[in-house]
Amino acid sequence: MNKELLKKIFLPLIVLVLIIQVWTGIASVVEDFPTPSDTYVAAFGGINADGDEITGVLSDPFYVENQDVKGLFWQVMESLKRVFAGFSLAILVGVPFGLMLGMSKSAQYAFDPFIQIFKPISPLAWLPLLLFIFQDIDMTAISTIFITSIWPIIINTALGVKSVSEDYMNVAKVLRFTAFEKIVQIILPVSVPFIFAGMRLSLGIAWLVIVAAEMLTGGIGIGFWIWDEYNNLNYHNIIIGIIIVGLVGYFLDLIMGKISDYFDYTKKGRA
Amino acid sequence: MSEKFLSLKKIEKRFPIPGKDDYVAVTDVNLEIKENEIISIIGHSGCGKSTLLNMISGLDAQTEGNIVLEGKEVQGPGPDRAVVFQNHSLLPWLSVYENIEMAVKKVMPELNAAELRQRVETYISMVNLDHAKDKAPGEISGGMKQRVGIARALSITPKVLLMDEPFGALDSLTRANLQEHLMRIQQKVKNTVIIITHDIDEAVLLSDRVIMMTNGPDATIGEVLEVNLQRPRNRVELQHDPEYIRCREAILSFLYEKFAKDDE
Repeated sequence: MNKELLKKIFLPLIVLVLIIQVWTGIASVVEDFPTPSDTYVAAFGGINADGDEITGVLSDPFYVENQDVKGLFWQVMESLKRVFAGFSLAILVGVPFGLMLGMSKSAQYAFDPFIQIFKPISPLAWLPLLLFIFQDIDMTAISTIFITSIWPIIINTALGVKSVSEDYMNVAKVLRFTAFEKIVQIILPVSVPFIFAGMRLSLGIAWLVIVAAEMLTGGIGIGFWIWDEYNNLNYHNIIIGIIIVGLVGYFLDLIMGKISDYFDYTKKGRA
Repeated sequence: MSEKFLSLKKIEKRFPIPGKDDYVAVTDVNLEIKENEIISIIGHSGCGKSTLLNMISGLDAQTEGNIVLEGKEVQGPGPDRAVVFQNHSLLPWLSVYENIEMAVKKVMPELNAAELRQRVETYISMVNLDHAKDKAPGEISGGMKQRVGIARALSITPKVLLMDEPFGALDSLTRANLQEHLMRIQQKVKNTVIIITHDIDEAVLLSDRVIMMTNGPDATIGEVLEVNLQRPRNRVELQHDPEYIRCREAILSFLYEKFAKDDE
């Protein structure tokens, strides 16, 4: 094993130990704050600080008691479903819209001011309005994610279209490409890496927002679960929830990164 | 050989400048080009030689005058006037093969799969790139890229091959190598070629006629030089050929005595 790899494995371990130390420190100062070992027991089961044997929330994440009481796995799945529904809708609408903005100066002039104004609005500000419109938790969460995801996708797609070099368009002109051929054979291949960069950004934000949105809408989902555990005074479960949210977000980004690399011609020595 | 294959009549190109008179880049250009003739257009930078080529390709429209190819007025770009761009303009997400295939597919939709493959491979072989046909443009050298650009342009059997400083971005050894390629291919396919260049040796070596442009604004054709050298031409032997030396000196004197540019 080389030195670089050793460093990559051991340095994070040192930081992990430090984090647990700080956590223990906080637990000893703040009353009722769960210690790392309490949290571990709460997650995986065992004997807790009071000497009681308990089953952890992660011992059986797949259990289903009824419609509203489900294991952690299902809570995360519910959140992911909403994220993917809203995110997919955002791609379906955002990519064609971005292509239009990138190709038409007039469209850009018409819509750009509104995009600039809508973009910095916290998606959660829309939530009450959406709840009022749909009167439905799922629809509200999905449309919140849609509004969250769409801006980076639109903006990056338009940027991708603008980055198409004049030289490529000249090739298309000499070959007398139709407008459709120009889009499919020149504009889309150039834009794809930009579109995926936008999608990766969107998915990251969508995962951030779903947790907060679910705390507000209630019902089911990892965000609601964390809030529910707060109301039940199960503070250790809040920490478990936070770690799960982080891990899921990390894997989402990892997968999205792999997918975007796959479609990015510049990552294949084809620059 | 038709005497009036491609003709440029009273070509003028003006660029509007807000609040001022138009900038006249090129004016009163009259030129008759024969079929299968190889023409070089040479001049200092800013003489409008690329503008002239862009008007022939149709990528840019002339302000005045007509460009007529085989009796038909040129309207906009088209595959009968293929362009080899200075920066090769290969599509980086396609392989060498796919870059050429894309052009052939579009221009000759009537070909079946076997004919298409045959045609693409013929032109890849013509520029000796069989070994690199599945490589991406990012994986091959600048000279090879330019060869793909030439193969792509020739694969659609254009009436005229337009080359905009095709070897300008390459080092001199690679450039010589590509000139050899071009001469060899030209012996085989017999094409009408217009080359924009600022390299005197390149102009003499490759062309039947060298068109010398005066400096802009109001640039126009200053002199036309006939190059009476046998083909195939050998660059080493030519160095002592009286005709070659005469041609070189004629261009040199035009560019550096009659139309010298101080700021170069």
